[in-house]
Amino acid sequence: MQYAISILLSGVSLGGQYALIAIGYTMVYGILRLINFAHGDVFMVAGLMMVYLTASLPLAASIPLVLVLTVLLGFIIERAAYKPLREAPRMSVMISAIGVSYLLQNLATYVTGGLPKMYPEIPGISNTITIAGVPTKVVTVVTPVLVLVLVLALTQLIHHTKVGMAMRAVAKDFETAQLMGIKINAVISVTFIIGSFLAAVGSVLYFTNYQSIVPLSGALPGLRAFVAAVFGGIGSIPGAVVGAFIIGISESVIKGSSWSIFSDAFTFALLIIILVVKPTGLFGEKVTDKV
Amino acid sequence: MKKTVNKSAWAGLLCAAALLALVVILENVLDPNKNIMVFAALKKGAVYALVAVSMNLLNGFTGLFSLGQAGFMLLGAYTYAILTIPVSQREAVYYIYNGSAVNFSLPELFGGGAFGLVLGVVLALVLGGCVAAAVAWLIGLPVLRLKSDYLAIATLGFGEIIRAVFQWDKLGPVTNGANALKNFPTFSSFNITNGSGETVLRLSTFTAFLLAGICIAVIVLLINSTYGRAFKAIRDDEVAAEAMGINLSKHKRLAFVISSFFAGVGGGMFAMFANQAQAKTFTTAMTYEILLIVVIGGIGSVSGSCIAAFLYVAASEWWLRFLDAETFIGGFKVPLLRNGFRMVVFSVVIMIVVLFFRRGIMGDKELPDLLKKRRKEGAK
Amino acid sequence: MRKFFAMLLALVMALSLAACGGGSGDTQPSGGSGDAQTSGGDKVVKIGVFEPATGDSGAGGKQEMLGMQYANKETPSVVIGGETYSVELVYADNASDAAKAPTAASQLVSQDVSLVLGTYGSSCAIAGGPIFGEAGLAAIGVTCTNPGVTAGNDYYFRICFLDPFQGTVLANFASEKFSAKKAYLLGELGNDYDQGLLNYFEQAFDGECVKASFPTNTSDFSTYLNQAMAEGADVIFCPVSIAYSTQIVKLAASMGLETPILGSDTLDSNMVLEAAKGSGVKLYVSTFYQEGGSPEFDEGIKAWLAEDSTAMTNNGGNDTIAAVTAMGYDAYYVALEALKAAGSPDKAAVKAALPSLSYTGVSGAIAFDDVGDAIRDTAYIKTADNTAGAWTLETVQTVK
Repeated sequence: MQYAISILLSGVSLGGQYALIAIGYTMVYGILRLINFAHGDVFMVAGLMMVYLTASLPLAASIPLVLVLTVLLGFIIERAAYKPLREAPRMSVMISAIGVSYLLQNLATYVTGGLPKMYPEIPGISNTITIAGVPTKVVTVVTPVLVLVLVLALTQLIHHTKVGMAMRAVAKDFETAQLMGIKINAVISVTFIIGSFLAAVGSVLYFTNYQSIVPLSGALPGLRAFVAAVFGGIGSIPGAVVGAFIIGISESVIKGSSWSIFSDAFTFALLIIILVVKPTGLFGEKVTDKV
Repeated sequence: MKKTVNKSAWAGLLCAAALLALVVILENVLDPNKNIMVFAALKKGAVYALVAVSMNLLNGFTGLFSLGQAGFMLLGAYTYAILTIPVSQREAVYYIYNGSAVNFSLPELFGGGAFGLVLGVVLALVLGGCVAAAVAWLIGLPVLRLKSDYLAIATLGFGEIIRAVFQWDKLGPVTNGANALKNFPTFSSFNITNGSGETVLRLSTFTAFLLAGICIAVIVLLINSTYGRAFKAIRDDEVAAEAMGINLSKHKRLAFVISSFFAGVGGGMFAMFANQAQAKTFTTAMTYEILLIVVIGGIGSVSGSCIAAFLYVAASEWWLRFLDAETFIGGFKVPLLRNGFRMVVFSVVIMIVVLFFRRGIMGDKELPDLLKKRRKEGAK
Repeated sequence: MRKFFAMLLALVMALSLAACGGGSGDTQPSGGSGDAQTSGGDKVVKIGVFEPATGDSGAGGKQEMLGMQYANKETPSVVIGGETYSVELVYADNASDAAKAPTAASQLVSQDVSLVLGTYGSSCAIAGGPIFGEAGLAAIGVTCTNPGVTAGNDYYFRICFLDPFQGTVLANFASEKFSAKKAYLLGELGNDYDQGLLNYFEQAFDGECVKASFPTNTSDFSTYLNQAMAEGADVIFCPVSIAYSTQIVKLAASMGLETPILGSDTLDSNMVLEAAKGSGVKLYVSTFYQEGGSPEFDEGIKAWLAEDSTAMTNNGGNDTIAAVTAMGYDAYYVALEALKAAGSPDKAAVKAALPSLSYTGVSGAIAFDDVGDAIRDTAYIKTADNTAGAWTLETVQTVK
């Protein structure tokens, strides 16, 4: 029983952290039709920035600074690597994303010297508490709550503000939105800013739980979050969140079983099955390809 | 028309033969130890060229964006290794599992010696390709219905699944679990030695070039056939291609299976280069590497992929290596140089190519095209 | 544009051809013929360092290199055949990747080194081994413990003990110290080092074993540790690389895990120690060297670390001495002994001199058997003192 609870707890907290990354994927895909492979690495860089900033600054200053810097990084990546390719075939943009991901990983290796870095303790959420006899960190409980709050705020933003309306319009029809006078580039930048912000928040939660950061730390959570986004129906924010929780919990359950070596394989098998059986995912809208 | 095709085919063959001859001469004339980097880069370049061309066949010529290359290479490498490890070595290689479940070795089955070696190795490579092709056919059934980036992510996931399966210790007696397969014939096994063990004729780089060359030639022939034209039609416009009577699913599957076949052969050759086969080498990062080679060379150019493969390997593992070492010029320490800087510089270069020279080195042109144009200009 | 590329291409081709043709002339970054070269009047002998500086074994590789660098600083010259040579370390980063190891190994061969030290991580040693063998260059494995490194390769030697030995030592220790009846074994999927040790532990352990593997780049270990608790394991054995072990230990610390954690030589790192500091984690590792084994060496290297900030960073930010550093130090002196015994920096002579060599280093007596493995029957088992943040010697285990 205790064991079941512990698995559920770690599944829920993983799911919450994946959700924050998955939203970034799903929003960018909804608008640009681009799998932003660099998103997971942005998440990793946010973690590393925290390590280096807390070395010289107090925690209260470094957390907002990390959020701002990560947002800036996401913005710069979009402007430098994706914007020049707006008219190019989708494949080129995706290759550019892979290139950025490669660059960020190599840069991280260079800066850290390939040594694992320890994430600082954050008072409050790093403490250990006991739930139903299972020891866990406060962050495990904080994560799902924080995710819900952020997602609610985000849906409000999308449904009730002008920027949100513009985003929805661009996602629906890129060209027509442009004709209607929507500043496409501004909208896309906002999308990347929101995505990176959530990734930064996610990185604080994730690395508080799993404290060691290596240059490849972002790759796997990134891929899993992407799978979650596809699972929930790409382009749909509630879908991404639900998908992330399902992926997180099932990953946790499989790791606890005797099939633990197939936990990654399972995630991808799930992805392939979803793509083949129901390509629109759980909540995705049906998109007809134009000829 | 036909005559010119024949002529250029002969010219191509002649060039290839000249290149091979040059490789043999260089390898035997130059000091093998001082110049080992040249040959290591050439061997790895040849292997990567083949894999890049096979990926280009799919991504560049058929317009199917697949990221499963490393998975197919893994299949080829393991098949090759399992079939060629000498029986006497199996106990030592599979030491955790007390010997292998497969107790024969193709080179020995063909009577050993030079003849057995050549036949066994070639057959094992081809079988490696066949295994990769068969698996590709199977997963192609569901996966090929997907469009562009969904196909990419599905094939990427598939590569990861294959890796997990090969690392599963229940399959240990066949795959050796997490342990590396080794002691099988490598490129160096093709060096000819005399009775006292001294090398008299070095053929290792030649072997790599010959194998890769034959495979690439087959791919080129395929691209220039009616099938190749159908592939290009699908790339340019699926709907129009279908209207012209091209069977979409059949041709897509064909391209996928053929590409995987050569990726499998390339995987076997990679094992020969690396002296060992281990599942953890065949990661997504490897697929990305090959994808970047294809992009640098030019999507849709076979000669571009080949040239880019050699440049990529030589630059990343040889020419730029000095960037990793802390260097002093006079008493002055050159800033920034330390471990990892090489890869940073390298990835910046790649980003520049991707962003500003989107067509890569060759665009979708081939080497002969460029030469022909030059000749025409000269005639004016 | 296209023309520009054609030109560029032609240029590159010409360059690469020139590089091929020019051969020894311009492809040698620091002068081709090593032993004849003079710098400051001395002759120079080159020792290749084949170690990962990046990738997942980067941290371990760097600590191993520290030992060699310190030894090189301490003894920068050697008398070979009556002449004084200064010793130069030549590095090649194999990036912990078996796909990159052959070219890194080739790099060392091309630079005319007399022999090679390394590498941390057996799979890179296995991939690079045949390259050294073909070039007739001897390599001394420092801490690569997989049996496959030296088996079937005449040119690979090693100065450390092997996995079967280490697995047995730890299994015996688990039974003797904790009277363990049930062990939880955790390793990285597809990592030959982890899986090999798990296997030997399982074979030698007198009791029940529950085995689990996690995929590469995992950072969530809570499920595994909870599983171990749920299974009621008496000990947890996790011989994983430094990057993972720091996370496991951190997590165990925050969970307040009381089950003892056993680790192999990879866990003997001050980064792991740092992770355990201030917690109640019971951590035991088997290793090659225990601090205090040679006070002279300890003091010397600590002073050096305090001076050299880069070295300090590479050691993980403090001056606890990792066993791999001591092994790297010993390996350097074994290399010098081999050079002396050979009487010439010629690699064939060095190779011929190695099998009969014996040397007593800070980690104990070193001699080679006919496979090229070190003859060793002793492993140190240390435990983490979490209040002081230091290792203390638990016991010395021998297996006959």
